[in-house]
Amino acid sequence: MSFFKLFTGIFLDTLRDVLPILLLIVSFQLFVLRQPIPHLRRLIVGGIYVVVGLALFLAGLEKALFPLGKIMATQLSDPAFIYGAKAAVTQPDWMAYGWIYLFAFMIGFATTIAEPSLIAVAFKANEVSGGVINQWGLRLTVALGVAVGITLGAFRIVSGTPLYLYILVGYLIVIVQTIFAPKNIIPLAYDSGGVTTSTVTVPLVAALGLGLSSTVPGRNPALDGFGLIAFASLFPIITVLGYAQYMHWSAGRIKKNLKEENNAI
Amino acid sequence: MATQHSNGRIKKMIQPQTIFAAKKIFLTVYKKLRDAVTDLLPIVLVIAFFQVLIIRQPLPQFGEVLFGGLLVVLGLSLFIQGLEMGLFPIGEAMAHGLARKGSLFWLLCFAFALGFSTTVAEPALIAVSREAADIAAQGNLIPQNAKSLNSYALGLRLSVAFSVGLAILIGVLRILRGWPIHYLIIGGYALVMLMTTIAPDEIIGIAYDAGGVTTSTITVPLVAALGVGLASIIKGRSPLLDGFGLIAFASLLPMIFVMGYGLVIFG
Repeated sequence: MSFFKLFTGIFLDTLRDVLPILLLIVSFQLFVLRQPIPHLRRLIVGGIYVVVGLALFLAGLEKALFPLGKIMATQLSDPAFIYGAKAAVTQPDWMAYGWIYLFAFMIGFATTIAEPSLIAVAFKANEVSGGVINQWGLRLTVALGVAVGITLGAFRIVSGTPLYLYILVGYLIVIVQTIFAPKNIIPLAYDSGGVTTSTVTVPLVAALGLGLSSTVPGRNPALDGFGLIAFASLFPIITVLGYAQYMHWSAGRIKKNLKEENNAI
Repeated sequence: MATQHSNGRIKKMIQPQTIFAAKKIFLTVYKKLRDAVTDLLPIVLVIAFFQVLIIRQPLPQFGEVLFGGLLVVLGLSLFIQGLEMGLFPIGEAMAHGLARKGSLFWLLCFAFALGFSTTVAEPALIAVSREAADIAAQGNLIPQNAKSLNSYALGLRLSVAFSVGLAILIGVLRILRGWPIHYLIIGGYALVMLMTTIAPDEIIGIAYDAGGVTTSTITVPLVAALGVGLASIIKGRSPLLDGFGLIAFASLLPMIFVMGYGLVIFG
């Protein structure tokens, strides 16, 4: 019954995650607010769904996807796979890692689509904007950002260029975009950087980083393995701001065209 | 109509409303499951693609993978259902309750405690800080014994948790006061860049990653509901413009604090 043990362990971990929140809310209700919570039964059932659902989700990932994804990350970054079974390579050739970049891109995209916290934020954004922000539009844009980010991060590990250069340039792009982007999308764009990196993405991405930095000649896993997550949380900001700018621009153009047509008539 | 006649007793027991309700539940469950399958399809496709075309090895333990996949779909559907029923309403109820009480002190207390308590015991953070201690010891930045490793890791954890608490507090204060978010965030980024140039290499990668690992799957919906709830109850605030942004602070401030911790400890 190894699965039962796995599930119980994960379930207890999830419960431990919820415990501080539960304590906080209950003590505030009892000592500060001192008012009954409306629809208490529904809330409790919902809370149980969240904990059981998350535990099942994580146990399933642990059972099915993570082992496969991790094996793939190590197999694809294996020098024997990349350079063939030839003699040892001392200087990595960044061009030889094409499959790694493709894998990084696709796995970054796919895991972000499945990320529960992004689903939650997209749901809220859709609700708050009165349906103007499309859930799938936001999720696909964020996923594209993560995909580009992870790919660049993999390239950085292979090429051995310093992390801070990429991050600094990324921040500069974000700052310039912030000046021009429509104001009401900015907070959501900043938030989408933080929500992408949780339960599904981090384990697979960390495995990729570790696999790469320990097999690419001349890399140190302790120093180069870190930083992939930073890429995954920076680039969604850029794509979401960019998408908002594009929508704003194209909406403006349609308006302008309409005006011109009206004038012509 | 013959069936109607012979099933008269059963029909009395199963009211039309019950049938309708059962149909509705069935439809909701079906829709939730279908959504979850759609969410997970990309991962399955990517892994299948690489397995079949590139690696070309038979899938190990196909049955287990299938079973795990079923659990993932079921779990995700349940989680989303619970999100709409429990997590979002609780965040909103707390926002409303605290706003109605009108005490800034308790609101800020709640914000700080929410950030601090959900982060300090986060397993991902514990793992990262332990790893960070090993790296610092390898780089001869701290003495290589169990005691200094533990105290370094604990200090790192506490400073990250403190920074997340502070981040939610600042974020809530921003919603109340209506400060524009971009000045704060860009100011924060500028600080991160500045600190990156002077902080030791051994802490930079960890500092950047620390921002990402602090926001867990349960905290994010709760914090989002809190922010949106506050922004929609306070006059003159727009939920879209002011309600979001709490998570952004929670991933920015840990970077600053971790680098600051590195600078203080390594001198």
